[in-house]
Amino acid sequence: MLSYLLRRILQMIPTLAGVILLVFFLFTYFGGDPAEIMGGLQATPEQIESMRNQLGLNKPVWEQLWLFVTKVATFDWGSSWATQESIASIFKTRLPATLTIMVPILVLEVALAIACGMAVAYVRGSLTDRAVMIISTVALSISFLVYVIIGQYLFAFRLGWFPVQGWSNSLWTNLLVYAPLPVLLAVLVSLAPHTRLYRSFFLDEIGHDYVRTARAKGVPENSILFKHVLRNAMIPILTNVATQLPGVFIGSFLIEVFFSIPGLGREVYTAVGRSDYPMIQATTIYLAALTMVINLVTDVLYKFVDPRVVLK
Amino acid sequence: MSAVLPVGEEKVIAVPEALPKSPSVWMEAWKRLRGDRVGMVSLYVVVAFFVLVLLAQVGLLAANWQKEVGLPFAPPHVVGADEREVAAVQAPKLPNVDLSDIDPLAPRYKEWEERASKVKTDVTVKAATLPVGGDRIGRDVLSKAIKGAQVSIMVGIFAAFLATLIGTLLGALSGYFGGKVGDFLEWVYNVFTSVPYILLIFALAAIFKSGPPWLRSLSDGITAVVIILGLVGWTGIYRLVRAEYIKHSSREYVRAAEAIGAGHMSRMFGHILPNVSHVVLVQLSLHVVSFIKAEVILSFLGLGVPIDMVSWGTMLGEAQSELVLGKWWQLAAATAFMATFVTAFALLTDALRDAMDPKLR
Repeated sequence: MLSYLLRRILQMIPTLAGVILLVFFLFTYFGGDPAEIMGGLQATPEQIESMRNQLGLNKPVWEQLWLFVTKVATFDWGSSWATQESIASIFKTRLPATLTIMVPILVLEVALAIACGMAVAYVRGSLTDRAVMIISTVALSISFLVYVIIGQYLFAFRLGWFPVQGWSNSLWTNLLVYAPLPVLLAVLVSLAPHTRLYRSFFLDEIGHDYVRTARAKGVPENSILFKHVLRNAMIPILTNVATQLPGVFIGSFLIEVFFSIPGLGREVYTAVGRSDYPMIQATTIYLAALTMVINLVTDVLYKFVDPRVVLK
Repeated sequence: MSAVLPVGEEKVIAVPEALPKSPSVWMEAWKRLRGDRVGMVSLYVVVAFFVLVLLAQVGLLAANWQKEVGLPFAPPHVVGADEREVAAVQAPKLPNVDLSDIDPLAPRYKEWEERASKVKTDVTVKAATLPVGGDRIGRDVLSKAIKGAQVSIMVGIFAAFLATLIGTLLGALSGYFGGKVGDFLEWVYNVFTSVPYILLIFALAAIFKSGPPWLRSLSDGITAVVIILGLVGWTGIYRLVRAEYIKHSSREYVRAAEAIGAGHMSRMFGHILPNVSHVVLVQLSLHVVSFIKAEVILSFLGLGVPIDMVSWGTMLGEAQSELVLGKWWQLAAATAFMATFVTAFALLTDALRDAMDPKLR
């Protein structure tokens, strides 16, 4: 186990190095001149030149790369080009808002998808099953945007059940007043495709011999579904949740932009508009690192869910 | 995957006796596709949209979508004209009170009128209702939706082609050669997949927005968003094509080709590629749908097509504020167009997959 972990961590190094190289060269060779962006339109050539010296842009590329790597390693990205707020403090203050929205979404999504997927898989081939498949195909073809636009108009503007948008400083107000509408909309939109996906996970298992055996010896249907089938379907479910987890940290940026939630996703989005390179670079690299860690944790979790899995 | 599986296809592909030449893979696939009712209907819908796109591209359709042909927010025909707006236009002109004895400018009115009559003005009668309504400045929503279809569908298709090209090329190299080349490409793949795709899109968008002038000039059209989506979306295709090439490169027909002296290139693209092309084609059409959806979201956020173009995404962006005023038609038009095309294309993809790969069930 330990050797497996060590080897996996060692394997991450080249990938992470690749991400750092990719981000560095992308912005160095294809990005604009940082000094010109920071200086704005009013800057004189002398000011720009001095800024170039300050930023180390006149040094050879490998020295700049080394500077970049130390930034990544020490979490010291300096301050945002647009607001002068330090990147570290942006992460610290924006992350809670994103998590307040995304954790409830993830939990509800998975719980509902398991319940609905199981129900639909159980009645497979019936009218309900086909109706769900057709609805999810049609529902998927409409842009996520349309649901959010109409949902916000209907539930907040017309019916007034929720505030149209907003955010406060208290976690509970946020969770109980401002978060419900975005969470509800995100969960509703993802319900159909998730049901379809989880249905296929359960269908793979329901056809197996062990289910027939359990039925033959008189195990109640509920036990079959929630003990036998669910446990065996855990591996694809875990994989699916793991692919969604990195998204939790960036938040559904669209929801954050739409409902003016001061989260990480909206911050990166505004950073694109302001050409705030350090913010984009830092988020990209750390999220990539996080994705790798999550993948590793998932692989280890497989072992706990299914003892037959051998970690090699 | 498809909801309705082709029924009775065995009869269709029954091979007649004494056939001089066996039918090609493509002919067989076409025969199977023709037996699939859902697939054929969606094929007609998709072809109709392509004709629409083509006509819009050559300028026969929706060429003057930017013209303000109606009143601001002119309602659709079915709703009928907004009574207040019509009343305002048709209101009888009250006779002007004669102020000429105290108006200091009065002596010059005649001269000004004469001068004004020399300037040719084009008075257009603004329609009170339009087929599907008008937008904030009275542009025809139907023309906008057609023009938007042209832009959105073209972005989707070009980006899918670019992603497929990159994915197939790299996947072929990696799967066919393996070894050092394969390891290197696997590393590139790992790097690209470990970055959440939306962040990669944001990073590339930032570069196109503030990069060197030659890059910024690409953002004038759809090129930038096509390149962004293509560069981000190739990984899934790479994975599948690579697996197919690994499987095929040791098959007998490839070794036979080697024996008669076919080079690497000829074996990779002359012999193996036609045999994996069904995988590539299905991936291509799957990606068209997902790229159209991505374009809509990017354009909504202002990171997609430039402001002087219209796409389904920019229409939805305008619709958000219009809805609050009760003007729902632009939202409805963009949604209906997009939903029809995407549903038809998705069903066609399912049918294609069934037709191309009868083993897959």
